[in-house]
Amino acid sequence: MSFPEIVFYALGAVLLLSALRVVTARNPVHAALFLVLSFASAAGLWLLLHAEFLAITLILVYVGAVMVLFLFVIMMLDINVDRLREGFWRMLPLALPLALVLLGIMATTLAGPWFGLAVRVPSPEDAARSNTREIGQVLYTDYVYPFELAAVILLVAIVAAIALTLRARKNVRYIDPAEQVRARREGRVRLVDLRAPRGEGGGEPPASA
Amino acid sequence: MVPLSHYLILGAALFAISVLGIFLNRKNVIILLMAIELNLLAVNLNFIAFSYYLQDLSGQVFVFFILTVAAAESAIGLAILVALFRNLRTIHVDDLGSLKG
Repeated sequence: MSFPEIVFYALGAVLLLSALRVVTARNPVHAALFLVLSFASAAGLWLLLHAEFLAITLILVYVGAVMVLFLFVIMMLDINVDRLREGFWRMLPLALPLALVLLGIMATTLAGPWFGLAVRVPSPEDAARSNTREIGQVLYTDYVYPFELAAVILLVAIVAAIALTLRARKNVRYIDPAEQVRARREGRVRLVDLRAPRGEGGGEPPASA
Repeated sequence: MVPLSHYLILGAALFAISVLGIFLNRKNVIILLMAIELNLLAVNLNFIAFSYYLQDLSGQVFVFFILTVAAAESAIGLAILVALFRNLRTIHVDDLGSLKG
């Protein structure tokens, strides 16, 4: 058994076990952390397939950004886990045969003679090739319009996420600098000419009436 | 040398696990979103395996786009979840019947 095979089976086992724990974990925080583990092992598999740029992207974007977002949201919400878990295993008699049938169909199709191809695998001596460079050359020439479209999709996602969660708070005191600058003496100070009441109480009248 | 079929079957198993997760966690929206992420990961694994064994970079470019769209999807999904929790104080799927007449 060669070294890449050992790495493949080890990472594959970690990937499947952590994926199972994601869908069966009781605590959503544990599920998110197991999802991080499965992303990491998938990135290892992608490295094995010489997709270095995408493996690093998976770690940076998914583990670094998306999973942190998941953890933020999970910890921000006050979730009643017991209510969400009731009847958890009730769908298992339906779900497990369905998943097994799905797996059986795909396995019999994909493990058949049509996909047994081991053709055109690059020889190990061209170690100087750069995956990032190759993807960049394809991405900025053949796929430049889809690339721009992906940028627009991300922009729309930013605007949508902010618009959905932005909330104008009421009853919050804050400082408006423009109003402060605009303040004049006439608006703030009012001089009242107070005259003391005279006579009736029998008191002494003030000196300067 | 690991044959291509093993990668494809690993992707198929991952896909089946995520479908199982969607059925089991049908009341918890957060785990549903995570199961969708696993789904897309299985698809991406197949794309990259084909891209390597057929020596065609288009597969990796597609994975790039899928990653982009999946990041946008999870961001919007979590934003909807936060807005939902703010209004209803719950994320239980059975409580989301506001549109019912």
